Amino acid sequence: MFVAEKNALSEEIESYVNKYGNDRSALLMILHEIQNKHRHISEFAQQEVARLLNIHPVEVYSVISFFAFLNSDPKGRNLVRICQTISCDMKGKSGLVKAIERELGIEIGGTSKDNKFTVEYANCLGLCDMGPAMAINDQVFLQLTPEKAVELLGKVK
Amino acid sequence: METIKNKRTGPVIFSEYKRGDAIKKALSMTREDILFELKDSKLKGRGGAGFPTSTKWMLTAAAKSDDKFLVCNADEGEPGTFKDRVLLMEFPELVFDGMVVGGYTIGSQKGIVYLRGEYEYLLKPLQDYLEVMRKDNLLGKNILGKKDFNYDIEIFLGSGAYVCGEETALIESLEGHRGEPRNRPPYPINTGYLGRPTSVNNVETLAAVSHIVVKGGSWFAKFGTDKSTGSKLFSVSGDCEKPGVYELPWGTKISELLEIVGAKKTKAVQIGGASGHCVPKSQFDRTMAYEDVATGGSVIVFNESRDMLHVLKNFMEFFVEESCGQCTPCRMGNVKLLEGVEIIEKGEYTFAHINKLKDLGRTMQMASKCGLGQSSPNPFISILENFNDEIFNAGNGGRNGK
Repeated sequence: MFVAEKNALSEEIESYVNKYGNDRSALLMILHEIQNKHRHISEFAQQEVARLLNIHPVEVYSVISFFAFLNSDPKGRNLVRICQTISCDMKGKSGLVKAIERELGIEIGGTSKDNKFTVEYANCLGLCDMGPAMAINDQVFLQLTPEKAVELLGKVK
Repeated sequence: METIKNKRTGPVIFSEYKRGDAIKKALSMTREDILFELKDSKLKGRGGAGFPTSTKWMLTAAAKSDDKFLVCNADEGEPGTFKDRVLLMEFPELVFDGMVVGGYTIGSQKGIVYLRGEYEYLLKPLQDYLEVMRKDNLLGKNILGKKDFNYDIEIFLGSGAYVCGEETALIESLEGHRGEPRNRPPYPINTGYLGRPTSVNNVETLAAVSHIVVKGGSWFAKFGTDKSTGSKLFSVSGDCEKPGVYELPWGTKISELLEIVGAKKTKAVQIGGASGHCVPKSQFDRTMAYEDVATGGSVIVFNESRDMLHVLKNFMEFFVEESCGQCTPCRMGNVKLLEGVEIIEKGEYTFAHINKLKDLGRTMQMASKCGLGQSSPNPFISILENFNDEIFNAGNGGRNGK
């Protein structure tokens, strides 16, 4: 990481701390912001959060490792989550998964070569009445067919 | 996403309500009177556990502390549940007004909505809604002119952990820790968020409170059954023509619900989500109520074409992933139960082993620390027992004969 990048990230994290406060109870919201913007929370980011909240970096890592939506390893620029829970499963989630796997040439859980997409399973997205459901970043798409799912990926920049 | 607000009707939750009415009415009452109304209503927590709301609020109100919190549990992660999404999207006034009433009743100045990470798209609209409430003095200082009643609501975003729907795990995660459930006692009503008295209430419970305050506890108690008053929102999905959220009085028969949602050739219904019970066709005349089949509202319909072992596998995979790993019965037990399903799938099981696993399931129900591990063996036990013939004996010995 270049010094300029590090400085920019530090400044960014400081702005989150200003927004949510430097109490430990602000930790999850701060991590959420970093995750949203960078799709992962790097070691350096973890150290910066820890420094500003005055806790040990491993405490930050501990929380990241607990939650499904937080990760310390880099992911693709866009995160695709396909609901795997029973109602979406019955409505044909595996068709979506296979189509997307073929189209991107990756297996579920992987990241496409151009780093554009990481595709994962998600547990119940709470859209059981309109499945199969898929989320691209923070947007959700409903009642998908394999074709429609692939088409949606094509529209992502 | 589409909204169909004006089309929804129901006896209680979806009955008519004007924004701010519950707050206005509550502020003209004493705290004790509100608690009495709630007691008359016999409202029980709608998240699934069914603890009486009036008792919870009475205890939190009685706790001595300068700071108290009211947390709205919007972390609905139970497979097949989506009623809170509908309430927050289409009826935020019911939920937030209920929170303000709760804050007034227990003597809290701050409410927190714990919104599940999967519902992040609701964050902005809800924040905008709160902003409007502040402008109208339904939140903020001296609400509606009531001197010294200051209350505000903040939204906190979860990060994809089913176990955080458990109230102490939720509080742990609010405090910036791993979402691992705490030992109880102490209960949150004494030692909750930041060590302060905290009442954690389900979204639907708070929505019901708004109606009860305006229309009275006895009005609410007219609906439903003796022990299960009022109505319930049912999230219906699976094999039916009209999946969605339905408001029905407690005590509705499973067969009646199936009729309403247009379910045909139904073989089984999973009531209460993955952690609930699988009810076979022979028991469809049972009623949904705390005294019979209790539920947080998830109803998943399976028709005759479904392989129940596949359904069970899906549930057990869910629990293996979502166990927080803190206590051994749940962390290891769920893995063992999933392995059991997989060996049945392959036809490599012995009945002796399966019976041992059912025993293990019963041990987990007793020995797990929180509701997750206490209820995750439910589908394992109920599906293997109710669909014994399909799984083990169908056609020349079922999987046994393969």
